[in-house]
Order: sequence, then C-alpha cells, then structure tokens
Amino acid sequence: MASIGTIAPSSLSRKDLLWQIVWDKERCAFCGRCTAVCPVHAIELGVFRKRLLQVAAGMETQPSNVYQVFYGIRQKTDPAYSCIGCGTCTLVCPNDCIIPIRNDEIDKLRFHINRGGQPRRRGGRRNVPEGILDRIKFVRISMLTDPALDAGRHEFELRTILGRVLPPEETLKLYKEEGWSPPVREIYPLIIGSMSFGALSPTMWEGLQMGVAYLNEELGMPVRMCTGEGGCPPRLLRSRFMKYVILQIASGYFGWDEIIHAIPEMKEDPCAVEIKYGQGAKPGDGGLLMWYKVNKLIAAIRGVPPGVSLPSPPTHQTLYSIEEAVAKMIQSLYMAWGFRVPVYPKISGTSTALAVLNNLTRNPYAAGLAIDGEDGGTGAAYNVSMDHMGHPIASNIRECYLNLVKVGKQNEIPLFAAGGIGKRGNLAANAAALIMLGASGVQIGKYIMQAAAGCVGSETDRCNICNIGLCPKGITSQDPRIYRRLDPEKVAERVVDVFLSFDTELKKIVAPLGRSTSLPIGMSDALGIDDYHAAERLQIKYVV
Amino acid sequence: MCRLFAITSDDPLSPMVAIKALEIMKEGYDGSGVGLFLTDLGGSFEEIKEAPILSGIFSHSGIKKLDQFMMELGFMTKYKLSFKTSKNPPPGVPKRDVYLVRAYEYPEGWEGLSREEIEHRLMTIRLTLRHMGEETGDIVVFSFWPDVIMIKEVGDPMDVAEYLQLDRKELCARIIMAQGRQNTNYAINLYACHPFFIQGIATMTNGENTAFVPIKEFLMSRGFPGYIGYQSDSEVFTHILHYIHKKLGLGIEYYKHVITPLQDQDLEHHPQGSFLKVLKETCRRLIIDGPNCVIGVLPDKSMFMVQDRKKLRPGIVGGSEGIFAFSSEACALEFAIPNRDKTKDFQPMHLDTVVVSPDRKEMKIWRQSEPLPLPL
Repeated sequence: MASIGTIAPSSLSRKDLLWQIVWDKERCAFCGRCTAVCPVHAIELGVFRKRLLQVAAGMETQPSNVYQVFYGIRQKTDPAYSCIGCGTCTLVCPNDCIIPIRNDEIDKLRFHINRGGQPRRRGGRRNVPEGILDRIKFVRISMLTDPALDAGRHEFELRTILGRVLPPEETLKLYKEEGWSPPVREIYPLIIGSMSFGALSPTMWEGLQMGVAYLNEELGMPVRMCTGEGGCPPRLLRSRFMKYVILQIASGYFGWDEIIHAIPEMKEDPCAVEIKYGQGAKPGDGGLLMWYKVNKLIAAIRGVPPGVSLPSPPTHQTLYSIEEAVAKMIQSLYMAWGFRVPVYPKISGTSTALAVLNNLTRNPYAAGLAIDGEDGGTGAAYNVSMDHMGHPIASNIRECYLNLVKVGKQNEIPLFAAGGIGKRGNLAANAAALIMLGASGVQIGKYIMQAAAGCVGSETDRCNICNIGLCPKGITSQDPRIYRRLDPEKVAERVVDVFLSFDTELKKIVAPLGRSTSLPIGMSDALGIDDYHAAERLQIKYVV
Repeated sequence: MCRLFAITSDDPLSPMVAIKALEIMKEGYDGSGVGLFLTDLGGSFEEIKEAPILSGIFSHSGIKKLDQFMMELGFMTKYKLSFKTSKNPPPGVPKRDVYLVRAYEYPEGWEGLSREEIEHRLMTIRLTLRHMGEETGDIVVFSFWPDVIMIKEVGDPMDVAEYLQLDRKELCARIIMAQGRQNTNYAINLYACHPFFIQGIATMTNGENTAFVPIKEFLMSRGFPGYIGYQSDSEVFTHILHYIHKKLGLGIEYYKHVITPLQDQDLEHHPQGSFLKVLKETCRRLIIDGPNCVIGVLPDKSMFMVQDRKKLRPGIVGGSEGIFAFSSEACALEFAIPNRDKTKDFQPMHLDTVVVSPDRKEMKIWRQSEPLPLPL
C-alpha cells in the first residue's frame, strides 16, 4: 500500500494479525519450501526494492544512491490469507530461518474474519487453554493404614462397563428366568471418541483403527473407537475388527444406508451404537463437513453427492420429545442387532443434562450416557459455538453421578465424560479425576490427534483449520497430496504408545490411592482442589 | 491394623479367652478399644435362646428413655446381666452409667408374625433407639437380636474386660468374636468399633477398604433402613454380606465373588463363569479394594474368614473337631487351641473362603476358581 493510498476497513498490517512471520534473510536459501507448503498461502515470494547509499572514499565523488531488488518472504495481510501459526514453514525450512510468532496483543484480525457475512468457522477446541481438571489433585494417599501399591508390579483391573447394568436383584432374577438382560461390554476406560471418516483423513482413520486392533489383539487391552457421524468403510463393517468399533448415528444419518445393508454380512456385532444428540464443541448445532472435504470416497460412504457441504440438522428429524428419542430411537437401534448391542446417547454438556439422565434411568435400554463438555473438539463449527456455548464437563458429570447416587442407580447407567481431557497434556490425571468424580470412562479426540499424529492445533488459536481440508499434517484432509504425509503405520504405533503410557500413568495414580481391584469410579474422597467454590460444587475436599 | 480373634467351640467359653488372645497379640498394637460379639450363648442365656437381647451403653437418663420406649412397645424384661464396675474406670476408659445386656420377652401382639417380619421389627427398634441417642449420646445400642450379645468400649481390651468383670460364669458363648482396636481411619466413635452387626450377621476386619465411599453410597441408596452408620469403612463388609445374603439370596461362597470377583481370563475357565460374569457386572459397585481380612459369623452360626484380592493382611484358621479359632496372628491361635494339628492350620490367600459350619467338624475351604457348590 502506498503511504497515501486508500485504506479499506479490512486493511490490516502485519501487526494486526494474530500470527506474524519472522523471516531471517541472512539464513534463507530461497528454496521456496515454506511458500509451497503453507496451507493457507499466507506467505509468498516477495520482491522488495531497497535503496542503497553509496558513499565513496574521499571528497571527489558525491554520495549517491542505487536501487536494488532483493527477494524474500512476504506475509499477506489480507484476512483471507492470514497466517494460522501452524508452523509448517518452520518444519520444512532447511535453515531454520522462518517461524510464526504470536502477536503480543489481541489481534485485529478477529474483527474481519466474516467476509461476505459468513462468520468464522474453524476446527479445534474452545480457545481457552486453562481448565478446572488440571487443578484437581489426588489427596488421599495410602501409606500406613493401607499400604500403597506398586504400580509397576501389582495386578490391576482397570476396566469399565459400557452397557446398562440392572440392579443385582433384577439381574439375578432375569438370569434364573433366562430373560433378556441388556448387553454389556467390558472395555478400557479410555475411548477414542467420535471422529468421522470424512472429518479425518483416510490415513488417520486407518492408523487409529490399526492401533486399536493391535491394542486389542496383541496387548489384550479392550480399547474401543467411535466412528463419528460419517459411516464406516464397507470392508471394516464386514471384518472381525467391527467388535472394536462404536458406530455413531447422528442427525444427518450419514453412512447408515451402507451400515444397515452390511448388517446381514457382519461377522461381529459392533461394540455399541452411540446416538449423537449433541457435541461439546458446538452444542445445539449439527455436524458439519464442509464441501472442501467431500470427495468421491467420502461421498460414496456417506451416500451423498461429492463437493457439497454436509451440515447435519441440530436435532434428529424424528424427535418430538425426549421420551420419543429415548424410547424409539434407542429401541430401534437395539432391534437392528437383535438386542445384542448396547445403544447409548451422547449429549453436549448442558445444565439440562440431569433431565436427560433422569429420563434415561427410567428406560432399561439406555446403555449409558456420554456427555461432551465445552472443551470438546470438532472438525468444523462456528467459532462462536466453540468459544461460548456449552457446559464444563467436571460439574456436569459430578451432578449427574450424584443424582444417580440419590436414586441408587450409580454405574447402572455408566456416564462417559468427554471434552478437553488432556487439553494441557495431562491425560491420565484428567481422566482419573473425572472417573473419581463419577465417570465410568472418558473419550478423547483432539488428544489422540495431537499425540498420535502430531496435530499442531492449540487453544491459543494455532492452526485450527481442520474444516477446510488443508491440515498441514494430513490428519483432517481429504486431499491425497496432503494426507499422504501421514503414514498410517506410524499413527498406529503412536496410538499404542499413547495407550500404554496412559495405562502406566493411570496405575501411578490409583496405586498410591490403594486401588487396584476395580476402577475407582466415584471415589470422590480421593480428590481435592484449591478453590473453595469448586470444591463445594464438586463435593470434594477443599485443600490449600 | 486391628487384632482380630474369633473362636467357635462346642463347649461354651468365657469371652476372656478372646480377650487373652488379643493380649497375646498385643505387641505392635495400640490397644485402643475392644469389641466383643457373642452368640450361640451358654450360661444364663442358654435357656432363653429366642428372646431378643439388647446390648448397649446408656446414661441414667438414657435408661429411663429406653424403659419407657420398650414398655410402650410391650417388651418385658426377661433377664438382665448387671455389670458392677469399680468407681473409677482404668485410664483411657470413659466413665459410663450403665453397660446393658438385657433379654426381653416379645410383646404379645408379635405372636404369629413371620420370621422375616420379626427380624425387620427387631432391626427397626435397634435403629430407632440408636437414633434416639444420637443427639445427646445417652443411648448407644450395638445389637437387639436373639442369642446375641455385643460389648464395645474404648480402652485397652484387658483393662476393659477386668473393669467389666467379663470373667463370670453367666457370660459364655460357643461363638466369640473379638477385636482390639478403635477406629483408625475415621473419628473415634463407639459405633465405629468392630464387630458390626445386622440381622444375625456380624463381621470384623483389619485393614482399610479404599473403595469405601462408592460402596457406602451404593448401600445407602438401596432404600434399606439398616444400611446406615459407616463411621468405619469396615462396616460395609457386614452390610455387603447382608445384602447378598438377604437381598440376593446368595450364600457365603458367593461373598468373595462379589467383593473381589475373578478377572475375566479366570472367569472364562470357570465352570460357572457365565453366571459369575453377570454377578461381577451387576455387583461391581460392591467390589472392595483392600487390604482386608474379614472374619464373620452368619445367621446359621457358621464362622468364616476371607481375604481381599491383594492378600496383604494376616489371617489364620486352625483347630480340631469341636473347636476352631480364626485369628489375625498365629500366636493367638496357638494360645487358644494349643493341642491342634498344626499342619492343618490354614492361612487363606486371595481366592479362599474358609468356613467352619455350626457342627464344627472341619474347616471347609472354597477357592474362587473352583466350581460353586450350588449352581444357580
């Protein structure tokens, strides 16, 4: 822009952007890798003009100047091309001469990412790095009254149950009468939560599935993974690995034509069916797969034309009332597999979760309740939903559990917690805290993307472009040129690493608490927090 | 950790046997309290086996409240054991007004009531009395049940026994359980002292149950009035046993399968694995996390011992036909039954349940991995 040119409202300088590219001319080899790799074309080859003063020695020649051209990197300031801070340029730079730096103040860019009246949409999580889960401590340490256990050598039974458990009296009566009891699955308490085939790239999905299969078949860890709303590849539907999969049905019913047709040919029942009523990242809003990612394969699996955005409705079309949702939808899905597969709803964290739960307690078919808190991740959602809608998971799970305690149905309807678990890397501590608050298990999504595939997204608004299919790591892209970057075998290896290390850490938490015979669900006497009001709300110890 | 000693004998024994056995195990313990449970009574109570006996500690005002309450219900005193204590209790023992062991005649209106109804009413009366005394502490009741006496007090077991003059011929029983310590993990409280009793079932425990809070929450949400208290984490062992026995109709051989179920790979090889898996899933809220050794008595007067899955607490059973002792340490067993075949002594491990039935012929050992006696 010329110094006296026109300034448009959205004319921004580099200083106004969230991320600023710092480039070192002295070290740059001009190889062009950074500009080629930048997913959002935020940088380009820059041709700069520079004036050089020439001052000769002596008095005879007058000083003069010369204009020279030099080349370098130019950062675009057009909001449509603003740097996302992913750092892929840094990753590919052979000379370490380029890096995005976060602005030292709140950016002005945020006021302009709504061109054409279209509010900002993105992937990732709520852009708030902190959370209450990291503040919960495990304070009840066994020492003398009951010896602490050896996390490395003692035997531990760290499994949980997915499925409706009836009261003992009723269960034994049904057993004697050979009546139908709800199916239950004994599974590992850390579940890979719903991320659809479509939201994730084929290589990422395959890697996760391979990792899960390895954990089950080679290491004996009953880890389960949920498909999300996007169907399931036909070969997987017809394979023995189906038993490790939780199928999700959501309001768009994407992929269910394929699934229903595969039922007669299924070798194994799926682990469970999750009915998605809500998602923590965008409560009250439907799923969204933007057109960028709907290629031929995705379109075929989902049963839609390619190249169109796929917004799921916010609710299921057949839903008139909660009673109907519970009674009809859960039962219909039970019927599909001959009442052998647990079916449970997933809702977003909300102050009305108790109403949902109370309804479920009256329905012996409801196999559980998954609650996805405000810190849950997504592949695509409106920024306003992600940052401002939803309920924190800790108090939601706690009040639901305590309500179940009140009616004597704790763990009969297992509660599964999701949303921001391991947000700051403390996966096992967050999971254990939620379990002791009353969750039967936890679901992770973003964490496994970060740990198993190197997702660079963060809650300080780094990257977060999962929605447009340009994921620099190939995790959420449907472009073969990009997702080829991700080796599914390596993803599988990392999945195994994550679960093994989680297992050890979980033991390192429960062993000092003297727990090994069963997962310490609801062991709230072990928990403390340094915030009085949080302690009151969660009914745990206040410790300072 | 608590000292535990229990004995079951064809011939009635004085509770002093158990107190002395605790004394033998004194080394390494603080001796901060004592709890006694006597059943299959001999002596003066032999003739009145059906009469419910109230055991507790009362102040003078508490006794007045009790008498009025029982009179209104129509209970008449049939027999009572008086404790004449010296004026000053030994150090560490609080001064009490009345230690009460009193047998009652059933009210006339109770004739013809079913066994179940009588049991329910007896428990309700005990709970009401307990509730009446909760505010001022003038009434503390341990049991109200036929053929059962319970004595609990703070202080060194031997001092308490001498103070209460337990060495008397009217007081003897074929089954005695004794525990020698006050509560470790929670506040000192007479209600926190083992053994715990509910409707004919009594247990005592050493060690700590770290799964206490979720189990307590589960029991309290059963809607059964007897599942209250929990001043000690060990009380849940008594109530779990009561729950599976009375509510689920399962015998002692299932107790271990509820509190410490087999792991999945072991269930696969178990002949009744499919049932046990169902039991494990539905009762998983009752899974304990020890270390705990549990000694208990069932309504049919069988005595048992189980260990938790970790087996970190001591426990030994030995004896010969007619007399068996269950003890947390071998020295007490040695003291109580010196002339037994020591090679038959048994220390139950993480899968075992030892039971001596009321005929006292032998000790039966059930291992969880073995088939259950009565397939369901």
